[in-house]
Amino acid sequence: MPDVKLTIDGEPVAVPTGTTILKAAEHLGRSIPTICYHDHCTANGLCRICVVEVSGVGPLVPACLTPVNEGMKVTTASARAERSRRTILEMLASAVDLSEAPEIQKFIGEYRAQGARFPEAQRREYPVLDDNPMYIRDYSKCILCWRCVQVCAADAQFTYAINFTGRGFETGIGTFFDKPMPETTCVFCGQCVGVCPTGALKPKRESLLEQGLRPDEIIEATRGGGNRRGKPR
Amino acid sequence: MSDPDLTRLRSMLAELASQGRSALLPALHAAQRLYGWLSEPVATEVGRALGVPLADLHGVIDFYAMFYRRPVGKTVVRVCGAPVCALAGADSVADALCRHLNTRPDEISSDGEFTVEHAPCLGLCDQPPALLVGESALGRAAPEQAADICARSRRRAVSFVGGDMRSLTVNCGDGQPTSLTEYRDRGGYAGLRKALTMTPQAVLAEVKASGLVGRGGAAFPTGIKWEGAAKAQGQPRYIVCNADESEPGTFKDRILMEEDPHRTIEGMIIAAYAIGASRGYIYVRGEFPCAFKVMGEAVEEARQAGALGKTIFGAGLDFDIEMRLGAGAYICGEETALLESIEGKRGFPRIKPPFPATHGLFGKPTVINNVETFCNVPLILERGAAEYRKIGTEKSPGPKLFCVSGQIQRPGLYEMPFGVALRHLLFDLAGGPNPGRKLQAVLMGGAAGAFAIEKDLDVLLSFEQLSAAGLPLGSGAVMVFDDTADMREVLRRTAHFFADESCGKCYPCQLGTVRQYEILDRVASGHAVSGDRERLLDVGGTMIDASLCGLGQTAATAVLSGMKVWPELFEAGGKGRRAKGKEQSANSKEQE
Ligand SMILES: Cc1cc2nc3c(=O)[nH]c(=O)nc-3n(C[C@H](O)[C@H](O)[C@H](O)COP(=O)(O)O)c2cc1C
Ligand code: SF4
Ligand code: SF4
Ligand code: FES
Repeated sequence: MPDVKLTIDGEPVAVPTGTTILKAAEHLGRSIPTICYHDHCTANGLCRICVVEVSGVGPLVPACLTPVNEGMKVTTASARAERSRRTILEMLASAVDLSEAPEIQKFIGEYRAQGARFPEAQRREYPVLDDNPMYIRDYSKCILCWRCVQVCAADAQFTYAINFTGRGFETGIGTFFDKPMPETTCVFCGQCVGVCPTGALKPKRESLLEQGLRPDEIIEATRGGGNRRGKPR
Repeated sequence: MSDPDLTRLRSMLAELASQGRSALLPALHAAQRLYGWLSEPVATEVGRALGVPLADLHGVIDFYAMFYRRPVGKTVVRVCGAPVCALAGADSVADALCRHLNTRPDEISSDGEFTVEHAPCLGLCDQPPALLVGESALGRAAPEQAADICARSRRRAVSFVGGDMRSLTVNCGDGQPTSLTEYRDRGGYAGLRKALTMTPQAVLAEVKASGLVGRGGAAFPTGIKWEGAAKAQGQPRYIVCNADESEPGTFKDRILMEEDPHRTIEGMIIAAYAIGASRGYIYVRGEFPCAFKVMGEAVEEARQAGALGKTIFGAGLDFDIEMRLGAGAYICGEETALLESIEGKRGFPRIKPPFPATHGLFGKPTVINNVETFCNVPLILERGAAEYRKIGTEKSPGPKLFCVSGQIQRPGLYEMPFGVALRHLLFDLAGGPNPGRKLQAVLMGGAAGAFAIEKDLDVLLSFEQLSAAGLPLGSGAVMVFDDTADMREVLRRTAHFFADESCGKCYPCQLGTVRQYEILDRVASGHAVSGDRERLLDVGGTMIDASLCGLGQTAATAVLSGMKVWPELFEAGGKGRRAKGKEQSANSKEQE
């Protein structure tokens, strides 16, 4: 495929047609922050932390899914983009438990985002769901990156056990009428756990280990059955 | 609870099954009509029949405010919570209804008959406060009418229709649908007949030459949109009519549909001819049951008369229209979210590009236009582009409908050529503020709009003049507030609307609309804390700059415009100016 020439922060680069701004920047060794993007999942442009400025284009554009154009002039760290990134991080921290999301913590440091910027902010808090021997679901840590839903569906497994619940701020991930996982089409392939970036989905073993159980107790607890829903943290 | 009898549901689903997932919204509506709500066995049955995974189905039910996964009263009474209705006392009507029924919002009255809910703008802004009682709309409701409202002995008034010209609205104003015969007797379907004597390319060229731009808010040139779809590869092609009209303060499409349904249909048929489309959809918002019924009957009438179906009017054109009813989601007015909704999905906006013209409904070339846009098309064909361009201004040709509501003497729908002064509309036609009152501000373009004040009154109402003045035309909403209105309360309500209606897809809007509402709630109650101003600027700027779709990109425009006009209202400690309407807002209830 023919190459497209553009500049990123003033530096010229040529990449194949169809390359995204994100990948073109990586070519130059420049990293643009991303949260929802995952190499093996459909990119949906959800988190908008990757927004960059393209000269001549009004709104900021998401680098993760915007293809490069000939002659494009991209600025990856304009004041507007940095303000958006910082504010998105601050708003995320105001709503979600990010304690087990090291990547996002790192961005919060880099962008000097204040985790407590928003006083009296409503948070998304839910009881931990522990309803199967394979993994626990702690949706207070869910950042709605959609990866689990997508790998469960057409990105990988075609199982369709989980989908969205609610709408807007109250969007969640859940099952049909909130059924426990063993009563759904879930085949316990574990792909969702593998792609979850925040510890919202976590192998049961790991969670038990954190709770201080001995290996033999863990084997016992993860052997099957084990329908202990909504166990307090 | 005992399991419901699913026999009737099964026979109903058997008819829809061949359409698969795209019949999901109609199936859920029908199921809910049968059982009152969508229980697990009912939902399971629907999912199986249409081949929709059950988790997905749950996601769809949850997305739409008018689908219930819990029992509700036989009649749901929806009370408008938008600023104009609130100023007219909507909250006290809701309170009175709850008292009369001895219930609370969202709960079921003890006799199982009613559930009272707060709703987004119901599109009856010319007669506030507005209610939707089951499927009947009601205006000018008063607390002392609670018993009559529940007994349904009240009917809504006819919306006032006026203006400097009457071409789009020539058949509107009497509150009655115009039948096909009447429409034809008054010159209707002449545009289509003329079009059928021309080549599709010539029709397209005529629409392009007319300079018509979309009336749904985004102001995109209609001819260019049609050309894109006509040139795109793929069959079948679709014509979709966006009748989701949910922008607070907007009610023009409702009146066009309820009183002159054939004009929209004629516009759609001409579009179909121009781009070679064979199928059409009219997507009406769930809160407009009357418009949905009238449009549906008109489509059937047109089919009987040979204006829809095979070989329309004997010409080589096959085109038919299917009706779709939304279910309570403002975002489904966004064109790609609307297409998702027709496909039986959650109304998540798609990433653009690609645009609907090339990748639209079911991935096929699609033209999606607003009701008012389609209504302009017969006029263009009938008179010819050159004649049409004599209306309005050079850059904004044609007539435009303005929805005037709020604290003004003659609220209603006004048809004007583009280019008249805002002052003329408000004072000469709509009668100006009520006696003894002064105009404080005009919210132009709806909740996603901006404020005009006294100094802006001489602005000319055209795309170019408004944009130079920093004011959006949007959907044509013109909401008037006099000196009694507490603008902080107006902004609080606006912010609440966006927080309720964000689809939740992208972070800036999913999170930002709620953070913005929380701050404005503090501001409105006089409890702003230090830094709230900067928080509003950062949250608003981020939503505008980084949101995925138009909802988030405009969710802060009214707030930021208000901050420019009344900076003192946003100071910490709430020491800002107190408007005279303060007492009222102190009494007004949280609308959660
Ligand atoms: C949040 C949101 C809501 C919208 N609501 C409507 C609506 O109710 N009706 C409408 O015609 N257009 C609405 N639009 C604009 C549509 O996306 C689209 O631009 C329009 O239907 C195109 O038709 P037009 O070119 O005839 O205006 C909305 C856009 C957004 C972002
Ligand atoms: S559970 Fe994890 S993978 Fe799934 S949406 Fe939430 S954060 Fe993403
Ligand atoms: S801007 Fe708001 S409504 Fe639009 S995609 Fe993002 S969350 Fe959804
Ligand atoms: S990484 Fe691009 S939008 Fe999330």
